Amino acid sequence: MKKVLLAICLIIVVPIAGFSQLYMTRTGFVGFYSKTPLEDIRAENNQAYAVIDAGKKNIAFSVLMKGFVFRKELMQEHFNENYVESDKYPKATFTGSYTGELTPTKDGVYKVTVKGNISLHNVTRPVEAPATLEVKDGRILGQSEFKLKPEDFNISIPSLVRDKIEKEMKVNVKIDCSTSK
Amino acid sequence: MKRIIFVFLACLALQKMYAQDSTLLNLLNDSMSAHKGKSYVTGTFKATHVVNMQTVETIADGALSFVIQHRFGQLNSGSYNFFGLDNATLRLGLDYGITDRLTVGIGRSSYLKTFDGFLKYKLLRQTEGPQMPVTVTVLGTVTDYTQKIPGSDFLDTKYRTAFTAQALIARKFNSNLSFQVTPTYLHYNLAPTSNDKNDVFALGMGGRMKITKRMSINAEYNYLPSNQVVSATVHDSWSLGWDIETGGHVFQLVFSNSQSMLETQYITGTTGTWGKGDIYFGFNISRNFNLKKKRSEAK
Repeated sequence: MKKVLLAICLIIVVPIAGFSQLYMTRTGFVGFYSKTPLEDIRAENNQAYAVIDAGKKNIAFSVLMKGFVFRKELMQEHFNENYVESDKYPKATFTGSYTGELTPTKDGVYKVTVKGNISLHNVTRPVEAPATLEVKDGRILGQSEFKLKPEDFNISIPSLVRDKIEKEMKVNVKIDCSTSK
Repeated sequence: MKRIIFVFLACLALQKMYAQDSTLLNLLNDSMSAHKGKSYVTGTFKATHVVNMQTVETIADGALSFVIQHRFGQLNSGSYNFFGLDNATLRLGLDYGITDRLTVGIGRSSYLKTFDGFLKYKLLRQTEGPQMPVTVTVLGTVTDYTQKIPGSDFLDTKYRTAFTAQALIARKFNSNLSFQVTPTYLHYNLAPTSNDKNDVFALGMGGRMKITKRMSINAEYNYLPSNQVVSATVHDSWSLGWDIETGGHVFQLVFSNSQSMLETQYITGTTGTWGKGDIYFGFNISRNFNLKKKRSEAK
């Protein structure tokens, strides 16, 4: 009797426990790009924090603004000092969830839609983006590409340099999350 | 039996705890603060000069900064000279970043037809945490004036050369306010008279206060203790500036009682005073060019 009950419990609990495992990374990649005839802007951050809860299908990101490296040092300084004001608002965060069936125990590539709220420069806005999640050797690899408007986040761009920056920034995200913390 | 049910319930309860959105973000932020590395303060000053005094800022690795410093004549020189605008003193300079922390610069100034060169190294960097409260940059400058002085043929290059060693110590108190103190040692190979000192000590002070994200007001004061320069009446150099930053340019409007823009000349050779209206209006412009395409990610 006891053994049967234990087995039932394990059958119920273990898959959920497995499911609810958190996949995390501290070296996620976030980059944003703008290309105009006047100026080519590339900023890349390899220290993005991300976590995926495969059970609840939740996902969260936290990125330090000062971690973005630009091709031109002066651009990086202006980005931190004048545009995103990193001293006042050091982080950009995202919390949300994804749709689509993903089995963390089975290797495969899943097309999903990620939906949630992005907070940047003290402004929170909803975003939705198609993404790819890949289960591989017990890890979850994620990738997405979407666009953000600086003006949506209360980042003012002086008219003198407006032509040097695209209206919409292309944002690239790449993460490789594992269960070991 | 009871134990099994307890374990079962405990497992379920644990899962509940994991699942929430904000919990995920808290988890990330906790991890972030646990793994927090050193991060350095940037942008203590917008430009490489407060007004005449150099700031702790160095030029980025592979970047070239073209600096134009310009001073009109004295404000009190009257309407005939259009309040100084008829005359001008100019310094053209090129600063290059060998690394993010080491800058080499050369310049030519119309005041006494002076050539100058300098090496600047950022020794310590202010951190965001309590580890390092200040940025310290050391600066070595050499100047050589080439103006022909009739009857002074004995003045060869050696006699015309002077040196400056400065420790630039600055702290960015917050995103708006930065302050710098600059202990200065000057050496003149030839002093004007035997009563003047060849080795001169001075103390510079400067600060900036941002008024908008892209503008700041600067002030600078160079204190020259007395009994070092005695053959001429000289005063401490006072300057005010207004920085305007636009993309790759920094534009500074300045007012100063010093005409020259070189340490060996304005610290010990300022003959005018603000009170009498011996004020030189002018500007500094710097334009940045990136010579290296790629930057190394290592900081």
